[in-house]
Amino acid sequence: MPPGPPIDWFPLWLSLRVAAISTVIALAVGLWLAWILANRTFRAKEVLDAAITLPLVLPPTVLGYYLLVLLGRASPIGHLYEWLFGGPLVFTWQAAVVASLFHSTPLLVKSARAAFESVDRSYERAARNLGATELRLFWRVTLPLVRRSILAATALAFARSLGDFGVTLMIAGNIPGRTQTVSIAIYDAVEGGNAATARVLVIIISVVALVILTLANRLTSNPFGPRQTAL
Amino acid sequence: MIQAKIRKRYASALDSAGFSLDLEFRAAAGVTVLFGSSGSGKTLTLDSIAGFVRPDEGRILLDDQILYDGAAGVHLEPRARHCGYVFQNYALFPHMSLRQNLEFAVERTPRLGRHRKVTEMLEKFRLAEVAGRHPYQLSGGQKQRCSIARALIGAPRILLLDEPGRGLDAPLRAEFYAVLRQVRQDFGIPMLLVTHDTEECFALADEMIVLREGRAVQSGSPRKIFEQPANVDVARLLGLYNLLPVEIRSLDPGRNASRLRYRDFELNGPYFPGRLIGDHVWLFVRPDQLSVAPRNGRPAFNQIPATLLRTVEKPERSRLEFAGDIAVEVPAGATEKYGGVKEWVVEFPSLDLRIL
Repeated sequence: MPPGPPIDWFPLWLSLRVAAISTVIALAVGLWLAWILANRTFRAKEVLDAAITLPLVLPPTVLGYYLLVLLGRASPIGHLYEWLFGGPLVFTWQAAVVASLFHSTPLLVKSARAAFESVDRSYERAARNLGATELRLFWRVTLPLVRRSILAATALAFARSLGDFGVTLMIAGNIPGRTQTVSIAIYDAVEGGNAATARVLVIIISVVALVILTLANRLTSNPFGPRQTAL
Repeated sequence: MIQAKIRKRYASALDSAGFSLDLEFRAAAGVTVLFGSSGSGKTLTLDSIAGFVRPDEGRILLDDQILYDGAAGVHLEPRARHCGYVFQNYALFPHMSLRQNLEFAVERTPRLGRHRKVTEMLEKFRLAEVAGRHPYQLSGGQKQRCSIARALIGAPRILLLDEPGRGLDAPLRAEFYAVLRQVRQDFGIPMLLVTHDTEECFALADEMIVLREGRAVQSGSPRKIFEQPANVDVARLLGLYNLLPVEIRSLDPGRNASRLRYRDFELNGPYFPGRLIGDHVWLFVRPDQLSVAPRNGRPAFNQIPATLLRTVEKPERSRLEFAGDIAVEVPAGATEKYGGVKEWVVEFPSLDLRIL
């Protein structure tokens, strides 16, 4: 194997950072949305659920186009962001976070809603009957009961965030050293004939994804896992 | 003391027939049993009191606090109602130890008092030794005692129990009755217990309300209800009787006697005040009040020939089931000497016959 140019590790670190931040945000937003979908009844509920799922099925270019229009420098949100942070959002690594949010949040909402709905209603009734507020019911009863499914969903969301290509390319661009995530770097490497770099990054990403999926499977295959069966 | 007037309607849907609950009752300290088959509105009644379900109209008053008032638009949150609730599946939080389950119910009390209260309850319900275990590590009886302790630890003003005896075997049942009697004595609050088990009614109930299709069809002491069910539906729900459609052929108040016609047979009974000759009524008689003998020639006085379908053995009694929905209970083994005899005569004791 001929020695290629030294591998630029920046895209890998950027991807991990983007995925981590977007997973944390997706977790907060996703749990809240899932809770509402699982516990409230309102007319537009299934419309909301469909809207949340939409990013999973739309072509990345379509989603990227929407986001460009929505967050671009000419849009109100873009203006607000510039006013708040002193610079535009599009074509920064923060835009990559937004891009991967649109992949990780739907996954989380879907799994968390199913998890919340699987909790036996009598536990929630019991908690309310014993004087718990809705907040305490959530933190002390519901969330611990679905802990494993949520963790598994979070792992999946993280893995999914690592791999976004199209949307990131459209709203964060491909600026080496600033917005170039690992999947874009792989594309670049292949295009530029830099097979060694592509190979290494591909293997790393595959291994990370495999580890995360195995972890998620272990979490979900044992719903009453060690803590609840061994204590 | 609880006073409740509850109306709740569910419109019929594709997959379910409509249902309406329309119930008014009051219950003082002691055990009041809500008795009825499934779908009679028993659990819905408990859920309305606990606040899980909002009735359409009515009023629920617990001591001097209004829990629900349809006209005034009052509907307290479940957490503000001070109703202890023992769930059918116990609903002990699986991720918490038994002690944590109890602590959860008194988290608003200061820490020191909380610890004392929990320890006190654990000891009272003989759970101190297993306090650190999780629900799945407990026996059925322990789980049940824990769920009762958890419901009571916050000093509720009423205890609601949803079919608590369900799924317990005989020794556990006896223990459960003892626990509830103790609770009745120590806490002095109304206890509303939902069941469809007649044994539980006799063992526990001070008062009993029979529900059918969302209405109270009879209420009173269990003794009184079992002696004289209000109508044939109640008698069927209680499931303790032979119910036979008969026609009154003659009535003789002077000799306290009557003659009844059941199919092709005549039976002699006591005088039935307020009935007329020709009335079609239901005769009911407890299985243990009947006696049997193998059929031998013509049936004698007050005997009806019957074909034995099966014999059900119970610990102390055998239950002989005959064609025509007649059941007779005799001391265990009393009929063994007759072997496989199929044709019998059933004797009806004149003075024990009652009608509805």
